[in-house]
Amino acid sequence: MTGELMVKAEGVHKSYGAAHILRGIDLEVRSGEVFCLVGPSGSGKSTFLRCINHLERIDGGRLSVDGQLVGYRQKGDKLYELKDSEVAAQRRDIGMVFQRFNLFPHMTALANVMEAPVQVKGESKAVARERAERLLDRVGLGDKMGNYPSQLSGGQQQRVAIARALAMEPKLMLFDEPTSALDPELVGDVLDVMRDLAESGMTMIVVTHEMGFAREVGDSLVFMDGGVVVESGHPRDVLTNPQHDRTKAFLSKVL
Amino acid sequence: MTDKISKDPAAAPAGPGPSGTPYEAIKAIPVRHYGRWVSGVLVVALLGWLVYAFSQGNIMWATVWDKLFDPSILSGLWKTVLISVSAMALGLVLGIVFAVMRLSKNPVTGAVSWLYIWFFRGTPVYVQLLVWFNLALIFEYIDLGPIYKDETSQVLTPFMVALLGLGLNEGAYMAEIVRAGIQSVDEGQTEAAHALGMSQTKTMRRIVLPQAMRVIVPPTGNEFINMLKTSSLVSAVQYTELLRASSNIGSTAGAVMEMLFVASIWYLALTSVFSVGQYYLERRFARGSTRNLPPTPWQRVKTNMTTFKRSPEATA
Repeated sequence: MTGELMVKAEGVHKSYGAAHILRGIDLEVRSGEVFCLVGPSGSGKSTFLRCINHLERIDGGRLSVDGQLVGYRQKGDKLYELKDSEVAAQRRDIGMVFQRFNLFPHMTALANVMEAPVQVKGESKAVARERAERLLDRVGLGDKMGNYPSQLSGGQQQRVAIARALAMEPKLMLFDEPTSALDPELVGDVLDVMRDLAESGMTMIVVTHEMGFAREVGDSLVFMDGGVVVESGHPRDVLTNPQHDRTKAFLSKVL
Repeated sequence: MTDKISKDPAAAPAGPGPSGTPYEAIKAIPVRHYGRWVSGVLVVALLGWLVYAFSQGNIMWATVWDKLFDPSILSGLWKTVLISVSAMALGLVLGIVFAVMRLSKNPVTGAVSWLYIWFFRGTPVYVQLLVWFNLALIFEYIDLGPIYKDETSQVLTPFMVALLGLGLNEGAYMAEIVRAGIQSVDEGQTEAAHALGMSQTKTMRRIVLPQAMRVIVPPTGNEFINMLKTSSLVSAVQYTELLRASSNIGSTAGAVMEMLFVASIWYLALTSVFSVGQYYLERRFARGSTRNLPPTPWQRVKTNMTTFKRSPEATA
């Protein structure tokens, strides 16, 4: 995969008070790529993912999506923070799927998927509904459109969440441990949807513990630990032939 | 009651369970609650004594029924409803505005909101009503430059005094209730909305507030019931609501206690009606939060009539 550069991180740092979570992340994600982030919990992979759509503000380095700095504007050698509305505009093109789904519980599955196109893009309800129905069909929930999230299983909720993110027709999808909160027998359905999405050419950054998925679907894999990138390469290479001791130690526990 | 319990095993005969397999229902002697019988008799006796005392007192009951639908009472009743609903509406709007201000990152709005709540929650509503009533002593004119100018006493009619006094006071309480509601909504909801590109305002209006309503409605119902009764204080600022209308008749007709009964009957009627409304409002905002909505009181009465309550699943 050698598409255009989609995400570029140079020396990204992030701290919460005294806790230095990201200690200089450098990586590049190309368009059309399925990019997997793995590592022990607390390694900073979720934090990094949340920096990409500015849910977290970075403290150092440069982070850009599709050539645009995330959360800032550069004029000369000065950085200006973006206004809330400008940040919101940047986020429109980046879909995100959360570990805990975060569906809107007071809306049906269909309304969840229609919400952002209607409210953010100002799309007509008819157009948004038509696309929402198509997307819910695609994730295998054509018969659950009128259900509220509390009436759906975890796996179904996560698939609605994927459809909701896709409804904004993003150029990049972020997955934050999308299967970690699911019962084992429900993981497969969600991974199937993600596999299907990868085949359609979507650029995806996936924080995951599903090494099987990473090996099978991933184009690149980065192993993070202690806020730095320890090792990166093709998933097959990193997973079967890790070079660093920390990678080996981690993989011996999860594989 | 006893025969109903003894009949119960027969009412739930050995039959197919949900899965279809037959089973034999347990036949056991239920625990006897003698304490309930004794206390029940005591309560009834006390009530009987109270009713007797009132019936023997020097009260013209005929006057109570006679004046219950007196035109001036009905007009007072209407004004009580009007001022309660208006003040509550004002309070709700102010509550939402000040709660959002209190939670905002802007230190100025936060401080203003804090100050508002501190003042209006910290002084008695009766005092606030009197201050509004006497505001003309400080501001003789309301002067908005070229747009508007009038004497304060012209603007502050009894209704306006009552509305401002009750509404601003209520706003301070509602602000705290709304704030609690907003903070009860999971942070993941805001994150999900932001990740979809929704603005702060849209997120608040479309995602957070509708979910906060579930937490906001029950105490708001409580506040409204309180408001119906607190509105009786505005009789002090010349607004002829239910209590003032009643005591006006009471003092001229020499039927003070009778007219207080009239007022009480109407207050009870009002609070009862609005309590029912509150129940249905809560049901409305419970959508999506529970898999099955709780039964309405009527549905509950029906199930209680048909299945005598012994086990929790019998009422389901």
